[in-house]
Amino acid sequence: MLEIRDLRATAGDKEILRGIDLTVNPGEVHAVMGPNGSGKSTLAQVLAGHPAYKVTGGSIRYRGEDLLELEPEARAQAGLFLAFQYPVEIPGVSNAYFLRAAYNEIRKANGLEEVDSMDFLDLLEEKLKLVEWEPEIMSRAVNSGFSGGEKKRNEILQMAVLEPTLAILDETDSGLDIDALRIVAAGVNKLRRPDNATIVVTHYQRLLNYIVPDFVHVLSGGRIVKSGGKELALELEARGYEWLEDAVGAAS
Amino acid sequence: MSDTLVQELEARAGTATAEGPEWLEPVRRAARERFARTGFPSPRDEEWRFTPIGPIAQGTWRSAPAGARGVTREQLAPFLFGRDDWSTLVFVNGVYAEGLSRTALLPGVRAGSLAEALRADGALLEPHLSRHAPIEGSPFTALNTAFLGDGGVVHVGAGAELTAPIHLLFVTTAEAGGAVVHPRNLLVIERGARAAIIESYVTLAPGQSYWTNPVTEVSVAPGAWVEHTRIQRESERAYHVGLTHVDQYRDSHYRSFTLAMGGALARHNLHVRLNDENIETLMYGLYLTRGEQVADNHTAIYHDQPNCRSWEVYKGILDGRSRAVFNGKVFVKPEAQKTDAKQTNRNLLLSDGAKVDTKPQLEIFADDVKCTHGATVGRLDELARFYARSRGIPAPAADRLLTYAFAAEVIDEVALAPVREELDRLVLERLGGL
Repeated sequence: MLEIRDLRATAGDKEILRGIDLTVNPGEVHAVMGPNGSGKSTLAQVLAGHPAYKVTGGSIRYRGEDLLELEPEARAQAGLFLAFQYPVEIPGVSNAYFLRAAYNEIRKANGLEEVDSMDFLDLLEEKLKLVEWEPEIMSRAVNSGFSGGEKKRNEILQMAVLEPTLAILDETDSGLDIDALRIVAAGVNKLRRPDNATIVVTHYQRLLNYIVPDFVHVLSGGRIVKSGGKELALELEARGYEWLEDAVGAAS
Repeated sequence: MSDTLVQELEARAGTATAEGPEWLEPVRRAARERFARTGFPSPRDEEWRFTPIGPIAQGTWRSAPAGARGVTREQLAPFLFGRDDWSTLVFVNGVYAEGLSRTALLPGVRAGSLAEALRADGALLEPHLSRHAPIEGSPFTALNTAFLGDGGVVHVGAGAELTAPIHLLFVTTAEAGGAVVHPRNLLVIERGARAAIIESYVTLAPGQSYWTNPVTEVSVAPGAWVEHTRIQRESERAYHVGLTHVDQYRDSHYRSFTLAMGGALARHNLHVRLNDENIETLMYGLYLTRGEQVADNHTAIYHDQPNCRSWEVYKGILDGRSRAVFNGKVFVKPEAQKTDAKQTNRNLLLSDGAKVDTKPQLEIFADDVKCTHGATVGRLDELARFYARSRGIPAPAADRLLTYAFAAEVIDEVALAPVREELDRLVLERLGGL
């Protein structure tokens, strides 16, 4: 589904990704872990097409297409979804309107008919249950005045409605209390299907107790320095990131 | 410059002017004399420094031909909204058109034309007309007062509750090309009453150049609640210089919303005086400009008494080579302790050629007050743009959505749902939909 080869990216003059290789197949959950500044959020944002980053080398193939050739909206229309670390507030537009606009744009791009607001409400009602939310939240402006937890939950709601093929969760656990974490993780788990995949970007192992990964990758200095199974996350939790960084430093 | 106007004023002084009660003639005369003395403001006048009134001052403006000849109710449909039971007073080229108007009889409420009120009911007008908006305030006000003859008069009696808004609709036709109209409105909301009033300036001749010079006086008695909406959709070749002066009294609530989207040059002055304690004033504004349009909003809030609260948000969306001016004055007198005043002006530039002059002007002479102001001029937020695009919304649609959101945030403050929906519709239409 996703093949990243020797991906390099810069923000301004600074090279942040320095040769990433990663393959994700349908049905898999990958965790990308690493200390602050390792490049894991950059990787998530580059995949979504964030304009602040420039890809300077390497390739990304997504479902057989050159992802880097696609505008951010085209990536979303092709089934890619990024749950933002810091979801953006849009005062003046209701959550319901925004989400229906996104839903219909994606349908349109895939040759499907747009749905009217009544049909959309039916769909929404079902998806709201997934994140244990009341419909009132939909008449509020997008993320505007939402608590940190509400913003993250809103990302998962959007994901539930847009039903992506590849979901990238960028630090979705940061700023969540244990109850919110449980709700968010349960939402993500219910959306897992054999034909979609998830990349979970996180600093802590905590989220991975709830969203159990098939593979864990450790990013350091813009490269993946170690990959393994879910037990690698536990090892990181116990030992921290230093031993890996030291090992890499010694090797290079 | 103002020679033709002065000549016309002198001609009026010679003959008997429009009918009216005895007390009115000295008012008109003083205004005539005032304007003859001052003429139009000069570019050196600080109040008018950013307002290019040259085409008005140098123009030759005739009086608009009276009457609603040929105008049909169907032609007005695009400007009417809300429900059928709303009272709508229609003025064509400045003159009341009874045949096009609809007035519902409501207990304690009178709504009609100023011309008629001057003939029939001078007693109601005398304590108010030209008592709120002084002719010394501006040459344009003096001119309006000198020509004072018709407009809307709304009187909401003590304790009355206006269940449906009253809409004053000023329409210009092709015959108004090259002419000036001076609508004069008086809104008197008595003690404990509740009212919503809409003032619209529209045209049936979008290509015509004309000049509208309206003055609206508003008196909000103790404990009254008023929502006043002003919709300015003049021809984009027209000139519009208007004043709204509001006097508020104890425990009253006045909220205004001003939408300005027409006019080659459109200026609106909103002055609100807080004459007693525990008053609340909300002033919201939205201006949309394109091409070579100039939109100018001057607001002034006079905190004369303690324990009052004023809250102001004006927003602008500018495209093309258009220009906007915002000047927000807040005066706090020494005795006006515990004043809580907040002013915000935010501008969104959609093009490189658009320009904004924004100036907050706070003059505070009390020490125990909370007064803040802020002004911004910027572009669409790149991060919000990316967020919308990352959800599948194409860039042009994302831009329209965010531009609309910028406007919607202030439209949302309008209390009456049908008014809010109409403002929403007008803005969406102007922005080309979502």
